[in-house]
Amino acid sequence: MTTATVAEPGLGARLGKLLRSRETSIFIALAVVVVATTIANPAFLFSSDGWRDLLLTPAIVAVVAIGQAVVIITRSVDLSVGSMVGLTAYLVGTLFVAMPGFPIPLMFLVGIAFGAVLGLINGALVAFGKVPAMVITLGTLYAFRGINVAWTGSNRINASDMPDDFLALGTQSMLGIPTLTVVAVAILLVVAWYMRNTRGGREFYAIGSDPAAAELYGLAKTRRVLVAFVGSGAASGLAGVLFAARYGTINSQVGDGFELQAIGAAVIGGVAIVGGSGTVLGAVFGAYLLLTINRALPVLGIPDFWQRAVVGTLIIGAIVLDRVLAVRQSRRLLQERTSA
Amino acid sequence: MITLTSSAPTSAENSYADYGRSPLRRLLLTREFAIIALLVVVILVASLRVAKFASPVTMGYLLFDAMPILLMALSMTPVMITGDIDLSVGSMVGLSSVLVGLLHSAGLGIPAAAVVALVVGAIGGVVNGLLVTRVGLPSLAVTIGTLALYRGIAVGLLGTTAVTQFDKWWTTLVKSKLGASGLPTVMILFLVLLVAFAVMLHFTPFGRGVFAIGLSKDAAAFSGVHVERTRLILFVLSGLMAALAGIYYALYYGSARGDNATGMELQVIAAVVLGGVSVFGGRGALHGVIAGVLVIGTLSKALQLVNVTSDVMSIITGVLLVLSVILGSVLFWFQARRVRPPTSSTPKTT
Repeated sequence: MTTATVAEPGLGARLGKLLRSRETSIFIALAVVVVATTIANPAFLFSSDGWRDLLLTPAIVAVVAIGQAVVIITRSVDLSVGSMVGLTAYLVGTLFVAMPGFPIPLMFLVGIAFGAVLGLINGALVAFGKVPAMVITLGTLYAFRGINVAWTGSNRINASDMPDDFLALGTQSMLGIPTLTVVAVAILLVVAWYMRNTRGGREFYAIGSDPAAAELYGLAKTRRVLVAFVGSGAASGLAGVLFAARYGTINSQVGDGFELQAIGAAVIGGVAIVGGSGTVLGAVFGAYLLLTINRALPVLGIPDFWQRAVVGTLIIGAIVLDRVLAVRQSRRLLQERTSA
Repeated sequence: MITLTSSAPTSAENSYADYGRSPLRRLLLTREFAIIALLVVVILVASLRVAKFASPVTMGYLLFDAMPILLMALSMTPVMITGDIDLSVGSMVGLSSVLVGLLHSAGLGIPAAAVVALVVGAIGGVVNGLLVTRVGLPSLAVTIGTLALYRGIAVGLLGTTAVTQFDKWWTTLVKSKLGASGLPTVMILFLVLLVAFAVMLHFTPFGRGVFAIGLSKDAAAFSGVHVERTRLILFVLSGLMAALAGIYYALYYGSARGDNATGMELQVIAAVVLGGVSVFGGRGALHGVIAGVLVIGTLSKALQLVNVTSDVMSIITGVLLVLSVILGSVLFWFQARRVRPPTSSTPKTT
């Protein structure tokens, strides 16, 4: 193989690529859902709450999905995210109860750092134990949730226990966009830029596509896997803080089932479950699609008990689609090689 | 074939090295023996330290509560030995219990309702199996999807309502005990199934094929194992056993609800891994798995008797799960250092 210089694609080719990308199709699907639901009930979009909820409700899962996407890209999976969100949310609440004057920006840092420590536990066990991440994070899903329940008991932290300024963050808007959504978008931009343009970011993709080749090439696989899990923990920690600010009520079951939504969001958004491909932007769109459909179902007259069935169908549909596309591409590449 | 595992010690190398040892040492050094020893220790400690533990009544309830997990562990073991996983079993228990409840309240007898539930369980297994074998998707991803789907159907069918009226004759039968022994009558059904699964897995060519697939799918295919067919059959069995567990769940607890057995797949997988089934596939045995289920069952029953809440049990389950997989790696690491000094790094076979 010679190293060929890739010619800069023309504007038309770029536009075509953009239109065919998974991110675009998920975005179009999202738009269709929003338009169809709005026609059924205009209040879904054209009310002050409707617009806000559309942007705000998926933001927390979107943050978790960003971390999850990076982990899946490195060919791992983090099942413990829901338990990390719950544990951090309760820590935030407890700190506010103990120290009502705790500075709010510092609280965000505490949440992120605490989540990162939990993620470090996962990452260290996976990277040094050389055991599939699924089993380890299944174990920590149990353990973290158990610690949470043992710590919380039947106790509950209410909105009145937390400072008004903090809770206001959950409902406030900047220029018509909810503050929490702005936080999620900021995280998205940083991580998306990092994954696309830096050496470290590309190494995640390299390890996910072919771990053995990446190791032979000399990439620090252990360190990358560790970083991915710490990142997922930090994202879950941030989501825990956001959850506390948004909902104001924290019991021992906060974040229960988030792992399914985050993995679902990433997979629907085009992050292949076998690693090595997909973008965090896709994962965020996936989160918005998933949660918007959930909110649209009752409006469209479908009892919301069917939400989970829809989530399952979407996940299966997305992975089947991925597989079909991958098979078609490999067949095309094979054809090009034989004809060349 | 792409799997979700990172490169890791294959236990196959391990077991070949074992053949140099005496049969007794080989037996004593297995994971299965270790977990059985742990079970004995746990039972002894519980009997000595926990009042009322060592009684037929307690033992009976221990088995009653562990029954759904015992049933599903039988079919999860071969699935995980091939290197696959089925995360949808907990949801299938819920769906099956909902179906039994709904059909029974619609006037169908328990046997007819149970047959429908079993058929649906088999269909669920076929869906999982076809997506894995025909479409070629990783089982983890497929069954995360069907975990949500089957649970969604269960919750969708019943909403927040519950069916609590069941035919007295059947609930009495399921809750009955064998004379004064305290052992559940349903243990007979379980023992029959245990023998069937043990023979299938350990004493038939089909069972050898299961292990071969877990070690190397390509090598198994070249040796004449019907790889895809075997995996499909195992997923169908997994769906069937989950449906059976769901029927038991509905009748024993006398309640069919959409959220029945939420998260039970984790308990099943924890027990199977604790019981010595390699998470990379290719090794494991049913006697270890049964001991694994009973260790978790005994611990939770003993802790329940000393008024320790169930959240402590979930911490213990999680830690046990992590420890049991980490321990394998650590032991392998020590053995590898002892067997061959770190002079050259031999290429790993994957």
